[in-house]
Amino acid sequence: MTGATVSPASDGVAPRRQSRVWSKLKRNRGALIGALIVGFFVIVAALAPLLPIADPTATSWTAVRKAPSALYWLGTDEIGRDIFSRMIWGAQASLLAGVVSVLIAVVIGVPFGLVSGYFGGWTDQAISRVTDALLATPFLILAIALAAFLGPSLTNAMIAIGLSATPIFIRLTRGQVLSVKTEDYVEGARAIGLSDVAIMSRYILPNVFAPILVQATLTIATAIIAEASLSFLGLGQQPPYPSWGSMLNVAKNFMTQAPWMAWWPGAAIFLVVLGFNLLGDGLRDALDPRES
Amino acid sequence: MNGKGHDNAGAGAPARGDYVLEARDLARRFKVGSSFLATPQVVRAVDGVSLSVRRGETLAIVGESGCGKSTLARLLLRLLRPSSGQVLYDGTDISDLPEREMRRLRKDLQFIFQDPFSSLNPRMTVGAIVEEPMRVHGIGTRASRPQQVADLLRRVGLRAEYANRYPHEFSGGQRQRIGIARALACGPRVLIGDEPVSALDVSIQAQVINLLEELKAEFDLTLVLIAHDLAVIRHMSDRVAVMYLGEIVEQGETDTLYDAPLHPYTQALMRAIPIPSPRSRKVDSGLTGDVPSPLAPPPGCRFHTRCPLASGICKVERPPLATVAHDRMVACHHWEEARAGIPSAAETPAHSHAAERRFALYREHSLAGTAAASDRTP
Repeated sequence: MTGATVSPASDGVAPRRQSRVWSKLKRNRGALIGALIVGFFVIVAALAPLLPIADPTATSWTAVRKAPSALYWLGTDEIGRDIFSRMIWGAQASLLAGVVSVLIAVVIGVPFGLVSGYFGGWTDQAISRVTDALLATPFLILAIALAAFLGPSLTNAMIAIGLSATPIFIRLTRGQVLSVKTEDYVEGARAIGLSDVAIMSRYILPNVFAPILVQATLTIATAIIAEASLSFLGLGQQPPYPSWGSMLNVAKNFMTQAPWMAWWPGAAIFLVVLGFNLLGDGLRDALDPRES
Repeated sequence: MNGKGHDNAGAGAPARGDYVLEARDLARRFKVGSSFLATPQVVRAVDGVSLSVRRGETLAIVGESGCGKSTLARLLLRLLRPSSGQVLYDGTDISDLPEREMRRLRKDLQFIFQDPFSSLNPRMTVGAIVEEPMRVHGIGTRASRPQQVADLLRRVGLRAEYANRYPHEFSGGQRQRIGIARALACGPRVLIGDEPVSALDVSIQAQVINLLEELKAEFDLTLVLIAHDLAVIRHMSDRVAVMYLGEIVEQGETDTLYDAPLHPYTQALMRAIPIPSPRSRKVDSGLTGDVPSPLAPPPGCRFHTRCPLASGICKVERPPLATVAHDRMVACHHWEEARAGIPSAAETPAHSHAAERRFALYREHSLAGTAAASDRTP
């Protein structure tokens, strides 16, 4: 429109892939809302030490189970701690537990799944049988067992949840690799002279990435809830430090007397889980070059 | 720029220098139905194939679907390892080469796929796809390769700007051109096409075939084409090998083989070429029955269950692929009778005349085709 424009077709430079994905993501309203929700909680959790809020562990015997008020915005809990402050600090523990444990699961599970599906044979048999054995154990039971074995702390809870979620990613990746492996372009990559490692990383991984991403967002939600369960058992976040899960689990004892104790952590978990799911769906669409 | 690929072309042993690719008694068996308890059955997809590809020629391998021709193509490129037998490239046995050395050789041997919709990585741009072979084999520099990619795209009749698009934005014919550009990118000496045009519209087929012919001359390539369309083959190949159930039954120069097919199976294939005339619309190959299952191929000559000339010996003894004339091989106990029987298919001249018209169509297209294709946008 201005005199200085260069026709985009003539210089042959199309927008780079990243900016394409980004612009597609921005046009997806669901993804945008998801990103906003997740982003909001991430920022709040990150800024927790800087915010002018009460000490989340400070108790007050004069303010036990107070309803939300101007002084205590979200109310207080059974030993008079400020729930607003605990919610913000708890976001740190919960988000960290969700994201870190899924990262652990992805970082271990995806390579095993790739190798298992790509090479087949004995490698596949060995990896698949171990995966089957782990999947035969209920997710939470496995996480509890591992956490108990490692010792009670938030870090160990994350490791336990991550390891328990790993077989899902091995199985998912392996299945995706098996279907992508038969595509001609994988054989084409061999015909060009690429090595197995290059074929797996450049041809197979990008084409199995979308379902893994979606599974990861769903698993973040599961992991947040798993962390809550472990905290309840005393295997996760250690008191007096807060996490949404441990707050919710304490709150269930006071459902009739102080229902607000359950409202806020429940709503927060619901929102974060929803946010991750919307974001994951949006990312899946945006990363698929076949959808414009 | 691809001339560099031929520097060592004359360096081979003079005696064998004629042959760029040879198969010796090549066989590939696949196990099917393998499970914990069941004994697997064995498919002999390729069974004892010997074949020589001469430098600079176009060799066509023809046969019905399921006869093992795609497996043979993959064996020649060592995309599959043979169960037994050898593949010689420039006189060296490549059937047992370690993967690392084989990868280096892949620069010389390239492949064009049948299905243009699954042969390009949907996550890579066209430019990245075409550049990949150069990157792998260290051709050009990071700075020079985009220009080389643009040249290649233009050469196969696409616009250079297409480099930034993704494969799904293109039609089947255009994708096949992208596949051809990729195959040419590392300056190969041998190009093997696994039915490179059979997935395309007939009008596009002619364009792509003509493109391959031009490129063959320009880049000094040897072509091996797998096909089931006999009209296409006659148009562009120098020699033809006919496959049936994993074996080569007849081999010879294209014109002599088409004019006087010696194997009863080849004769049947020739009769099956459709005739573009409403009065002779009926296609009669003279064949009865179906192709036997490759799980249980018939003993003796594999064609005897469907052969009009079959006799007792055919059921017992497998006929060897024997040289019967200069550059002419046939695997049939009764090829002399078959040859004598050629006049009985007296309409042959009419057939070949009709077929000739289809070949002429290809030639016409070759002038208009490439120009028209480059104007096509997705």
